[in-house]
Amino acid sequence: MKLLKILAATTAVAALLASPAFAQTRIALVVKSLGNGFFDAANKGAQEAAKELGDVEVIYTGPTAATAEAQIEVINALIAQQVDAIAISANDPDALVPALQKAMERGIKVISWDSGVAPEGRQLHLNPSETALIGETIIKLAADYLPEGGDVAILSAASTATNQNAWIDAAKAVLPAKFANINLVSVVYGDDDSVKSTDEAKGLIASYPNLKAIIAPTTVGVVAAAQVVTDQGLIGKINVTGLALPSEFKQFIDNGASQAVALWNPIDLGYSAVMLANDLVKGGEAKPGAKLSMGRMGELTLDDTNSGAMAAPFTFDKSNIEEFSKIY
Amino acid sequence: MTDTSLHRSLPDRLDNPLRSALLSWESLLVLVAVVIFIVNSFASPYFLNAWSLSDLTFNFTEKALIALAMALLIIAGEIDLSVAAIIALASTLMGLALQYGADTPVLVAIGVGTGIACGAVNGFLVTGLKLPSIVVTIGTMSLFRGISFIILGDQSFKGYPKSFSWFGQGYVWGVISFELVLFVLCAVIYFVLLHRTNFGRRVFAIGNNAVAAQFSGVRVDRIKFVLFCLTGLMSGVAAVLLTARLGSTRPSIAEGWELEAITMVVLGGVSIVGGAGSILGVVLAAIIMGLVTFGLGLLNVPGIVMSIFIGGLLIVVIALPILFRMWRQRT
Repeated sequence: MKLLKILAATTAVAALLASPAFAQTRIALVVKSLGNGFFDAANKGAQEAAKELGDVEVIYTGPTAATAEAQIEVINALIAQQVDAIAISANDPDALVPALQKAMERGIKVISWDSGVAPEGRQLHLNPSETALIGETIIKLAADYLPEGGDVAILSAASTATNQNAWIDAAKAVLPAKFANINLVSVVYGDDDSVKSTDEAKGLIASYPNLKAIIAPTTVGVVAAAQVVTDQGLIGKINVTGLALPSEFKQFIDNGASQAVALWNPIDLGYSAVMLANDLVKGGEAKPGAKLSMGRMGELTLDDTNSGAMAAPFTFDKSNIEEFSKIY
Repeated sequence: MTDTSLHRSLPDRLDNPLRSALLSWESLLVLVAVVIFIVNSFASPYFLNAWSLSDLTFNFTEKALIALAMALLIIAGEIDLSVAAIIALASTLMGLALQYGADTPVLVAIGVGTGIACGAVNGFLVTGLKLPSIVVTIGTMSLFRGISFIILGDQSFKGYPKSFSWFGQGYVWGVISFELVLFVLCAVIYFVLLHRTNFGRRVFAIGNNAVAAQFSGVRVDRIKFVLFCLTGLMSGVAAVLLTARLGSTRPSIAEGWELEAITMVVLGGVSIVGGAGSILGVVLAAIIMGLVTFGLGLLNVPGIVMSIFIGGLLIVVIALPILFRMWRQRT
């Protein structure tokens, strides 16, 4: 009897507590694991989006261990809270599918961002960037500082790395049309190994005396190349650029071995994810060819698998490397 | 635990039934569970909902199934740290069989069979070669998961049939999931096995003093071997449920679950040195862990705070009876 009374009382309290929650759109930003600077930065962007939208509350959550099982427990808790949308960076593209399907069955909008979920487990996927944009960006990074043109070389990861090769092909494709005075002399492979990348960078410098820039679209290669340029006293003669983690690469922007590098911006990513989730909650429909709003980041166009690319990689130079090196 | 005392009552049934029932570990756990349940109800408006409570059970059922068998093993003075690795291997072999067109009954048989086989390997190494179980199972923990990694690498198996998914995602009646029904059934079976059969009495006897048990005619090695096989069996069952729930297999599946299962056993009042404990306690501990993780999840409390809370709860629940006893002795 007493228990029944308690239960009745708690239900009454629960009902009272529940009512104000419905006034807002609640979007859960679920990350691979908490305590990771990249995702904390994404949350910063998500909060910015919430502020801009006004009626949106962002719930930033994720497991401590980066496992699919732990993420499912988080998803179950969010389903129980009847959130309006879940935007997730997945620890496993397949294992989360049943849990996310359950969420969708109960009327929750589900999108994945950064690290995707298989198409049947989400309504859309937000890629940080896409092959063509990355290919163009890495050439542009070098060309921006070579007004008269000149020889450049690419230091890649493994020759079998699918994403690297796709980016390099895209880079080659834009060269004749947009960067006619840039001459790509060689593509070498450092296998994402510091020692091999260093040797390959040294080889490039020895073989091409007129080399003006080394482009390394890999975070390992770019650091190795910048170190070689620094050690050989070639700062100012050869510009190193590519895709780099700001925290690892800050010293080479500071010492002048590199003018600028690029990578995805987690703040923009979190911002766009919340904007897209909000769009779906407010009636937007995710289907191939659809255009959805990402606020200040523009529009996302969905492809056949309902995924889309946010933007070209974000450029880091002297003006902002300090700020971003603290984030990731 | 004074080995010299002549009067050694087996701690699952103390002298004064009523008094010991009220002061028992299980009563304390019931109290803790009720308190957490009420706190959860007040803290989150979404807690008291049939579907929420149903989802909650998925947080512990698979781990708790392993904890049931693990409890017997720990009561007998042994331990199995390879349970999560057994899940990985069983799940991988099921996925492999799936690639060759195996159907649901075959998949389940392979999952459960792999579990028993792994348990038998552990059991043989411990009882046949007289190796300490903690050393053996640290070894097989790497071995079993290592085989999964060799088979799968960074790939995954998926595409399990719908009839197989039912084991991890299906509901028997309304919001009552198959996993929950299976857990309740197994809890009853293990309760009877430990507390109502000769086998159970022998498990306690071995845990209290294996040598004395041996001289009293208990076939210590055979019973320990059976216990390892049972733990393997339950890990195999958990592998079927978890694989069905995830709908896919990766070699990192169930990572870290051995410690969660052992935490349930210890929180349930099973003596880590063996000889004492009850199934009821383990079941209550499993429910408490589910209530805590789900309740904190509803409040979007970060996972690390949950770990701290579980750790704190473990220490408090273990320390409370000891402090109470000290306080009683002083007055």
